[in-house]
Amino acid sequence: MKLDTGVRYLETHEWARKEGGEIVVGITDYAQSTLSDIVYVELPEVGDTLSKGDQFGVVESVKAAADVYLPMSGKVVAVNTALEDTPEMVNEDAFGEGWMLRLNPANPGEWDELLDSEGYQKVVEEEEENH
Amino acid sequence: MVYIPHTDAERQVMLAAIGVESLEELFWDIPEKFRYPQLDLPEPLSEMEALQELQFLAGLNLNANTIPTFLGAGAYRHWVPSVVDYVISRGEFYTAYTPYQAEVSQGTLQAIFEYESMICDLTGMDVANASHYDGATAAAEAVIQAYNVFRKKRTKIVLAPTIHPHYRQTIGTYTQGMGLEIVGGDDPSTTMEQLIELVDEQTACLILQTPDFLGQLHDLAGVADTVHARGKDAQVVVIANPISLGLLKPPGDYGADIVVGEGQPLGLGLNFGGPYLGFYATRSQYARQMAGRLVGKTVDIEGKEGYVMTLTTREQHIRRDKATSNICSNQGLMALAATVYMAALGKTGLRKVAELNYHKAHYAAGVIDAVEGFSVVRRKPFFNEFVVRCPAPVEEINAFLLNGIEGVEIIGGYDLAQDYPHLTNAMLVAVTEMNSRHEIDLLAEALEAFND
Repeated sequence: MKLDTGVRYLETHEWARKEGGEIVVGITDYAQSTLSDIVYVELPEVGDTLSKGDQFGVVESVKAAADVYLPMSGKVVAVNTALEDTPEMVNEDAFGEGWMLRLNPANPGEWDELLDSEGYQKVVEEEEENH
Repeated sequence: MVYIPHTDAERQVMLAAIGVESLEELFWDIPEKFRYPQLDLPEPLSEMEALQELQFLAGLNLNANTIPTFLGAGAYRHWVPSVVDYVISRGEFYTAYTPYQAEVSQGTLQAIFEYESMICDLTGMDVANASHYDGATAAAEAVIQAYNVFRKKRTKIVLAPTIHPHYRQTIGTYTQGMGLEIVGGDDPSTTMEQLIELVDEQTACLILQTPDFLGQLHDLAGVADTVHARGKDAQVVVIANPISLGLLKPPGDYGADIVVGEGQPLGLGLNFGGPYLGFYATRSQYARQMAGRLVGKTVDIEGKEGYVMTLTTREQHIRRDKATSNICSNQGLMALAATVYMAALGKTGLRKVAELNYHKAHYAAGVIDAVEGFSVVRRKPFFNEFVVRCPAPVEEINAFLLNGIEGVEIIGGYDLAQDYPHLTNAMLVAVTEMNSRHEIDLLAEALEAFND
């Protein structure tokens, strides 16, 4: 399992990264490997205002479809439109090219509520044990 | 022989488990006088006697296959080639439900694949699903697709006043509680320009029908472009009669986003109102918002051709709480009947049926128009159905056609006053390839006789 120490995590397997004043959001490498080959990603529209914990999209793979949730509140300023034609980028580079949206955070303090990579690793290990 | 498998002892155990003494206690909330009514039933009959009784009762009905019929209004009497019933009655197909497991269902999957491909050809669209219950529910699902394409942000739906009144009602039922604003009114004289003016950037879709409920054909060239521009890509839904598409341009060619309709004319018979078939097709970019199932053709690991479920509305399997529709396929047998019908007729055959409908209807319009007091409304071109202004209420005329002349029984047209109260004395007359010239002349003569 790949982890990125530069990002923060949500228990539901999404990540958030600070870039300038904005937040970039995607799903974790663990999430993509559990879903297997991703065939479709549904994303919100630029301009949508969403809250932390809101479902912001759907990721569909050859074996499952999963809702994905927002780590921080804010207004969507960009979505990764490349995923429309190449959703497999989420499998190949979950923390990089497979990013999903860029957010103008409404409440930057929410960052501190997110898990660091160690905390997220524990969540994953617990989930693995329960399976 | 007693067909109830439970013994008294078993019943006592079950009653004890739910804490009641006797079966009668379960019926306490039914008013006493209704609990054990006297049923005035005749003596039992043998199988032979029962069948004879039922055949006698059936014989009292009028049979649309044997007497002249000019009633349409959404369900049409067409010729059903024998091959249709032969194929759908085969044991391999004649099951209660649609099996999808690819390993054991290649025949069914291939039939659905061919159905979907033919509906795409007929409508000029990219993808078609495995069908809905009827044209009305297909139209309602089109509204739901448009609503979902715009992520539930657009709540205005424009319905042409001349779509089938039952479709309008069904759309209302399907979408109740969704907070949609349905506009368009019910004045059939509303022009296309007036309708298009109702479209704005809050509009999810505009629904048009051609031929419409009154039989009129609409020239929709350019309409989709205008609606897309005015309504910032608001979807254009076209309800079409599939037989008319044998002759007319497919709605995909003039920019429709969704094409739906009643598939009953494609080899289904009138069937006393059902089961019918709603066909549904859209553009490929909306495949994931479309309800129902897509079957695709593929090759297995040995390179052999095969058919599989390519796309099932993903909500149905995995995210059922987020489902936008519960449709999987309609009665698969009805889609199969339409498939066999279309395959048997082919492109040329379907065109011929459409031409027969068109020409016979126009012949009928001519002879009816010549009868004093009756006039055909010709504001727009029509396909196989048209409105006749009558000198008396349609109900009266229909009663006369059925019983007024010794030796003549004719089922007349549809009384439009039922749906459009101000359209009194207006009869919607349908003519198909089944109406012979003799039948049409007989109708005109009967209308003459009504005048006397």
